[in-house]
Amino acid sequence: MYAFNYHAPKTVRQAATLLAKNEEGKVLAGGQTLLPTMKQRLASPSALIDLNHAEGMTGIEQKGRNIVIGAMTRHVEVATSAVVKNAIPGLAALAEGIGDAAVRNRGTIGGSIANNDPAADYPSAALALNATIITNKRKITADEFFQGMFATALEEGEIIVKVSFPIPSKAAYEKFPNPASRYALVGVFVAKKGSDVRVAVTGAGSNGVFRSKECEAALASRFNAKALDGVKVAASGLNADMHASADYRAHLIPVMAKRAVEKATAK
Amino acid sequence: MSAKTGVGAPVLRKEDFRFITGKGQYTDDINRQDQAYAYFLRSPHAHANIKKLDISAAQKAPGVLGVLTGDDLAADKIGGLICGWMIHNKDGSPMKAGAHPALAQGKVRYVGDHVAVVIADTYAQAKDAAEKIIVDYQVLPAVVDMNKAKSAGAIHDVAPDNVVYDWHLGDKAATDAAFSKAKHVTKIDLVNNRLIPNAMEPRAAIGDFDSGTGVYTLYTTSQNPHVARLVLSAFVGIAPEHKLRVIAPDVGGGFGSKIFIYAEETVCVWASKKVGRPVKWTADRTEAFLSDAHGRDHISHAELALDDKGKILGLRVKTKANLGAYLSTFSSCVPTYLYAPLLSGQYDIPAIYAEVEGIYTTTAPVDAYRGAGRPEATFLIERIIEKAARETGSDPAMFRRKNFIKSFPHQTPVIMAYDTGNYTASLDLALEMADYKNFAKRKKDSAKNGKLRGIGFSAYIEACGIAPSAAVGSLGAGVGLWESAEIRVNPVGTVEVLTGSHSHGQGHETTFAQLVADRLGIDIDSVAVVHGDTDKVQFGMGTYGSRSGAVGMSAIVKAVDKVIAKGKKVAAYALEAAEKDIQFKDGRFSVAGTDKSLAFGEVALQAYIAHKFNGQDLEPGLKEGAFYDPTNFTFPSGVHICEVEIDPDTGTTDIVKWTAVDDFGNVINPMIVEGQVHGGIAQGVGQALLEGAHYNADGQLVTASYMDYTMPRADDLPSFDVGMTNTPCTTNPLGIKGCGEAGAIAAPPAVINAITDAVGHEDVPMPATPYAVWQACQKGARKLAAE
Ligand SMILES: Cc1cc2nc3c(=O)[nH]c(=O)nc-3n(C[C@H](O)[C@H](O)[C@H](O)COP(=O)(O)OP(=O)(O)OC[C@H]3O[C@@H](n4cnc5c(N)ncnc54)[C@H](O)[C@@H]3O)c2cc1C
Repeated sequence: MYAFNYHAPKTVRQAATLLAKNEEGKVLAGGQTLLPTMKQRLASPSALIDLNHAEGMTGIEQKGRNIVIGAMTRHVEVATSAVVKNAIPGLAALAEGIGDAAVRNRGTIGGSIANNDPAADYPSAALALNATIITNKRKITADEFFQGMFATALEEGEIIVKVSFPIPSKAAYEKFPNPASRYALVGVFVAKKGSDVRVAVTGAGSNGVFRSKECEAALASRFNAKALDGVKVAASGLNADMHASADYRAHLIPVMAKRAVEKATAK
Repeated sequence: MSAKTGVGAPVLRKEDFRFITGKGQYTDDINRQDQAYAYFLRSPHAHANIKKLDISAAQKAPGVLGVLTGDDLAADKIGGLICGWMIHNKDGSPMKAGAHPALAQGKVRYVGDHVAVVIADTYAQAKDAAEKIIVDYQVLPAVVDMNKAKSAGAIHDVAPDNVVYDWHLGDKAATDAAFSKAKHVTKIDLVNNRLIPNAMEPRAAIGDFDSGTGVYTLYTTSQNPHVARLVLSAFVGIAPEHKLRVIAPDVGGGFGSKIFIYAEETVCVWASKKVGRPVKWTADRTEAFLSDAHGRDHISHAELALDDKGKILGLRVKTKANLGAYLSTFSSCVPTYLYAPLLSGQYDIPAIYAEVEGIYTTTAPVDAYRGAGRPEATFLIERIIEKAARETGSDPAMFRRKNFIKSFPHQTPVIMAYDTGNYTASLDLALEMADYKNFAKRKKDSAKNGKLRGIGFSAYIEACGIAPSAAVGSLGAGVGLWESAEIRVNPVGTVEVLTGSHSHGQGHETTFAQLVADRLGIDIDSVAVVHGDTDKVQFGMGTYGSRSGAVGMSAIVKAVDKVIAKGKKVAAYALEAAEKDIQFKDGRFSVAGTDKSLAFGEVALQAYIAHKFNGQDLEPGLKEGAFYDPTNFTFPSGVHICEVEIDPDTGTTDIVKWTAVDDFGNVINPMIVEGQVHGGIAQGVGQALLEGAHYNADGQLVTASYMDYTMPRADDLPSFDVGMTNTPCTTNPLGIKGCGEAGAIAAPPAVINAITDAVGHEDVPMPATPYAVWQACQKGARKLAAE
């Protein structure tokens, strides 16, 4: 780790000001991604602006037909929240499956979404549930927000403050973990709200989280697992590495989608 | 002495309180006054000439005490690291071993190779300064694929075709003759995947030169501190042995990787004099992945000849063994003498011929890793046996039973003389525990749920208790492999056991104390085990190859017997009786036929006060030492049965049942033994399902972190059903064989035999990850469709 300046702003506004002042600065959330990369000297921010003391960035509440989660809310809080479990059990289950207990106790939803790791779990939920990412400057829909591997619509100095998830009628997440890292090799989040069916896939795409048109088309008329029988997903544009070929990932997408739908439709 | 702590009792581990309350003293916990820190600049390239190495800016960086390179080692006449086992080629010529300097001298040969060391006041300063070192590399082609290594360009000038040795064992003519009579020949091609040890505690070292006395002290993560001192003194030339003290304090796991003498500790101890300060280095996990000696990595072809009744006539094996970029301390013997002599397995095989080529590649050195050669042999023999049974339509259990060795002692065609064993007994018990007879029904039930069920056997043998010194000497070993022990009895009757064995997870502080307390009839808490310090223990050969029980404890028994003999002399004076009338039983010396007796502690006091005898007739004190040199290896064996269920949609393998029946001979502490079995199976399942080191074509280690290298986790493993049979070893006083490596040896073929059974063909690699098994399922489905 290289030396850096440390700031602990009390408000989002102060954080934004500090971020504007420190050109090479970065905000620090749970530190589960940022600190390891700094330790390996792969990142060298001039300053860390620690969001852990900023007011108004944590907490989970139901606002009308939405679940609104503060950006600094830890994975463990989402996993164990009665509000989330009641309204979107698939989202709580997703959070429960991230990393290990230590990671879940520190890692945050805002950090995960801002980072947009192509194998992270939360981006699939945000995309499938048609979430809105609320920053200190504006509101961004999930469809616009995720722009490729580690790339998002966030601009310089923009900070995620909250994420708002419309409550679906049915939703679930199924993850096939990478055996080593246990990030998603293929993770599929399915959600149905009214007649709208969205299927978001993480881990598989060479350009980050994406919606599976094939699965969505199959499920649009009939939201049940059988509807996915025989659905094939093309391997082009999918990731290939030592853990899985693009073909294998393509094969796993409908398999995981099917299992997710089974979960979502189970009584 | 109570039965609760005697030999055979499941005594809780004495050392665990210290470990689980954070009171362990590991090398990195030790800090010397004015200690400085070392950072090693490592090669980013797999293979390159160093055209220029400019350290001038680094030398001027803040906090820097010294920047040292291979030139400094040469100037100080510090020798290179050695390989302690000479292997000879088929034609009798010696192997080709390239030089192994602790810091590169003109060339780097793997990613992670040591280019220079920076020593500074703080670790961060050393690391910062290292970034200022300018290295001009002339990059050379990486040599990663063993099959292409011969024409790839020399890594070491002495080995132009990158072949270290071309070795063989067995009778070629007799084996060819056996194959010419065969009714059936089973052939198999196997890759034994490369593993990275991953001890919980990374390697670490502190070198500390005392200019007042001229003595160097090295604190290091070692499984064998005396061997480290011997090598650093006699070969590397740091200092003569009486001026070099090596301390291996608590060590957090080794699995073989801490047997070897590495560049880092060599440099730390040498540099401590050069910079005039103690020098500490602690590996980070990335360094551990890159530079700890890796394990396994064989490519083999084997053929098994059968007669018309399914009896084995002969075995032929051709193996290429990856030795990495340099020959690590014992690397040369692992794929030769620790491998081919085990190829007879539990079977009566009249003729065996094995050929092994040791190959240099631009990868981390490969050396002994839990099992060392024996897992590779067992994987080969148990895979080909299973395949032969399938090809001849035999039940795999019956096929094994038919070919088991049934009378002992048994001389195999590949050196080993098995003293004893009862392979049928382990098989019978394992079949019963695994409920083998109802397997077909379970397979049907799985099929109903869309799952593929398979069962796999592994009837393993291993050679432990390495080893008779003269025997290994004749095979090329540079050292003898006896063990030493010293029993120091204090005047109040408490005892210190000094042993040359080293405990780094095995629980010696408990088992050794159990043995000594039992023999001397004293309380287990009156016994302390001292190890890991060359200033305390006179000499020892260390812990590896499951030798601490069979060899280390045998030495202890010998020393204990001497203590009792001396005690009898003391007791004779104190009880005013003839020495021949003194008996020792249950902790008391007594005069036969009388009620006169003294407790062990009372005799100890008499020995030290020496009031009752004349110091000229009998020396005061009570302290005895012994060296024990075994007369043979020991041969633990057993049968493991693995049952799997595979989800063909994802390729996920679920181990639904694991049966382990092991014959370790007599057992000192069954709880610790069972723990060793569990850990061994976990590592073996790790090899079979999860772990695999992967270098890309450029020689970069892709699996250099836990993001890509899959360590076994608790939820990857089932509960194990462990059973034991006991055929005591006949060649050591305790009848014990060794248990430390059995699980790691037995497990991989059991898993792969089960998976190949489930998918219906033999083409399943290790690690059998979901991706690999999914591919195997696709292939199996295609095969079924074609049939
Ligand atoms: C061992 C391990 C296992 C893991 N396993 C998984 C897994 O299975 N699935 C999974 O999805 N994830 C996994 N993670 C990732 C983890 O769950 C976190 O989600 C992730 O590290 C980012 O969250 P964080 O709060 O730690 O962010 P940080 O590491 O603090 O920050 C990450 C990045 O986001 C930026 N950032 C943070 N917060 C904000 C904000 N509010 N606004 C704008 N930018 C922001 C930071 O500047 C930084 O660039 C794992 C991590 C570890 C260490």
